[in-house]
Amino acid sequence: MLSRPLFRFVRDDRRINFMRGRHMGLIVSAVLSIASVILFFQPGLKLGLDFRGGIIVEAQTPGPADFGKLRAALDHAGIHPDAVQAFGSPRDVRISINAPEGADREAQTQKLVDGVKSAISAAEPGTQVLRADAVGASVSSELFRDGLLALGFSLAMILIYIWVRFEREFAISAVVTLILDLTKTIGFLAITRFEFDLVMVAALLTILGYSTNDKVVVYDRIRENLRKYRTMPLRELLDLSINETLNRTLGTSMTVFLAALPLALFGGSTLTGFATVMLFGIVVGTSSSIFIAAPLLLLMGEKRLRKETEAG
Amino acid sequence: MMYYSRLRLLGVAGICLIGVLLCLPNFLRSPAPSLPWRQIHLGLDLRGGSYLLLQLDLKSLEHDRLQSLQDQARQTLLDRSLGYRDFARDDASASLSFMPRSDAERDAALKAMQSLPPVVPNEFTTSEKDGRIVLTLQHDAMLARAREAVAQSIEIVRRRIDATGAIDPSIAREGDDRIVVELPGVSDPERIKSLLGTTARLTFRLLAPNPSVASPGSTMLEDESVHTQVAVQDHVDVDGTDLTNAGAVIDQQSGGWAVTFQLNSAGATAFGNVTRANVGKRFAIVLDNKVIEAPNIISPITAGNGQITGGFDARSASDLALLLRAGALPAPLSVMEQRTIGPSLGAASIHAGVISLLTGLLLVIVFMVLFYGRFGLYADVALFANLILMVAILSLFQATLTLPGMAGMLLTLGMAVDANILINERIREEVKRGRAPLQALQAGFDRATSTIIDSNATAFLAHVMLFVFGTGPVRNFALTITIGIVTTLFTTLLLSRLLVVRWYALARPKELPV
Repeated sequence: MLSRPLFRFVRDDRRINFMRGRHMGLIVSAVLSIASVILFFQPGLKLGLDFRGGIIVEAQTPGPADFGKLRAALDHAGIHPDAVQAFGSPRDVRISINAPEGADREAQTQKLVDGVKSAISAAEPGTQVLRADAVGASVSSELFRDGLLALGFSLAMILIYIWVRFEREFAISAVVTLILDLTKTIGFLAITRFEFDLVMVAALLTILGYSTNDKVVVYDRIRENLRKYRTMPLRELLDLSINETLNRTLGTSMTVFLAALPLALFGGSTLTGFATVMLFGIVVGTSSSIFIAAPLLLLMGEKRLRKETEAG
Repeated sequence: MMYYSRLRLLGVAGICLIGVLLCLPNFLRSPAPSLPWRQIHLGLDLRGGSYLLLQLDLKSLEHDRLQSLQDQARQTLLDRSLGYRDFARDDASASLSFMPRSDAERDAALKAMQSLPPVVPNEFTTSEKDGRIVLTLQHDAMLARAREAVAQSIEIVRRRIDATGAIDPSIAREGDDRIVVELPGVSDPERIKSLLGTTARLTFRLLAPNPSVASPGSTMLEDESVHTQVAVQDHVDVDGTDLTNAGAVIDQQSGGWAVTFQLNSAGATAFGNVTRANVGKRFAIVLDNKVIEAPNIISPITAGNGQITGGFDARSASDLALLLRAGALPAPLSVMEQRTIGPSLGAASIHAGVISLLTGLLLVIVFMVLFYGRFGLYADVALFANLILMVAILSLFQATLTLPGMAGMLLTLGMAVDANILINERIREEVKRGRAPLQALQAGFDRATSTIIDSNATAFLAHVMLFVFGTGPVRNFALTITIGIVTTLFTTLLLSRLLVVRWYALARPKELPV
């Protein structure tokens, strides 16, 4: 049984003419990304506690939660939550409050979380607090800034590395493709209403890392073929390179997809969002390696890449 | 290079073995306390506990220093019988200024100011402006002072937390003025929050001659025992830094709770002098700008001990005693961020995380065997070794593993599989091109290596950036991936190659299973 692979995604001698669909691919990608940018502004991302500031208390009541009673108890304590909702089982309650405004808001935020905890445990004795988070407004804006900064520096590093190891055209096409991937993922976040928090930033970064990896492998083959087939037109050469690496591209995507799938299905509340976004990113990243990264290279480097290799 | 020297073989096997050994402490109890038993710490999101981000109020540090400098300056002028008027303090520009009594005394006053002892080198400058003498605190000196204050605060925070009996707390500086406190297993941090939120600066000061109105050199403070405002002199006679001990006791006379304190000899002398000179006057005990009580001085107190009775209950008396013993914070701390994860939620996340990680791993293993046969199996062995080495390195650094960290491990496994896929696809291509098995293996490994290095180097750089600039979960995620990339390079370029080479040497197949 071990003597031979049991299946392949595509036959090794299959040559698909990907470049024929390059304009279509670029247009579809551009449209999706523009739509995503619009979604980013309207309705926008659902910011998680990390970036929005405020309070979330999740508690488990001994019996089925009596929301009316809990709301009344909070109201009595002078606390006006933005949402008291069920999550998970009927015993699980989530209370969220936006960050207070005005001076002294940091101290207010911290006071509120204690108030919420004592109010609900007074109303429903035996209530277990599962999670109580309070993030001050100034901290949340710093977290947001740091997250974006980390993202930006990572992109810059990728650009520099590919530029040094490959050529300028490769670096620019890769980063443009990555930006297209990222914007789509942000659009996905805006549609699915997953909370955008630090864990989501980590998800975006995973996608970024994964997608870069994918592009580097295809580019690596293109670079090799540029040296090997000195007279082959770039368009044909790109098609050849994509086809040669197709089984690897699909195989790797499949394994990462399989690894992330269980996390998305039963990874618990924190990881489900993370993994779902990652699954989306894998699909987008894989297709952009084939349909976007190489066509961009053709668009930018048709003359230059060929000429240089002929001269050199 | 399709030949592995014995040394190389032993090296690869040795590293794997060390990896296994380093993993063991995570699963076994230490047989002897003297053994270095390093293991991975579970993050608060996995084991439950509280996270507090505290910020030191540096403005108040500056304000306090300005006030004490003003105090010193006044005293020095008084000692040298130099007159002054209109002594002003400006917090915004961090400066003090006053008008000397006459032009004749200006130089002497300036000299007196220059003679004031700085707390840190080059703490303030003295100058003249429009006939006034100006003392300005220097920014650099204040920064140095702030750094010192944060270090000092960490120490005091540690003492206070240790006194509550919290297990295995972690207290660390973050940025210029922040402290991160992690309290595993503490699901209700309210008491610790209130302990840390108290500066606990205890001072003994005389009341102003007329306690009902503020006069120069005194400030109106809330008297908590009677809920009125009283004017208390700014000059501090005895300070809490002179305390050597404090304890909660039951007051013999009233039967209520009280806090006793013991001063060191310097404090006792100062206390004795003040009480001797001011018999019959009221002496205020001030904690964090609130008067706890202001009793009359009946007779001089020279033994250096005393008792504070301020309407305490058992909890508040023992908390105050704890705070006084641990020492005062150099400036107030405020909580900026608090996260508490109950123990059941932590257990649930670790359960879900581990189950889904294992399921994912299983799916990948099956897929690899189906997709690549024997070489897929070798890739799976390498994958497993990769996981072990990652856990080993994390244990060695005693790193913290959080949920995002687990996700990072997953991504690493994905990338490790990718490296094996690259190699296998290459070998397959070479076979299709008609190369003999040995040449195909050789060419496959060699050509895939540069691709693997390129793709991993890009990821490595990107994640190092993340580690440097990221915070919290992002950092942990980046850490596991950075470590994972190193182990991936080892397991794919050395270990899986070794497995394939050994198999080839033993089986001498005519055809490769690709």
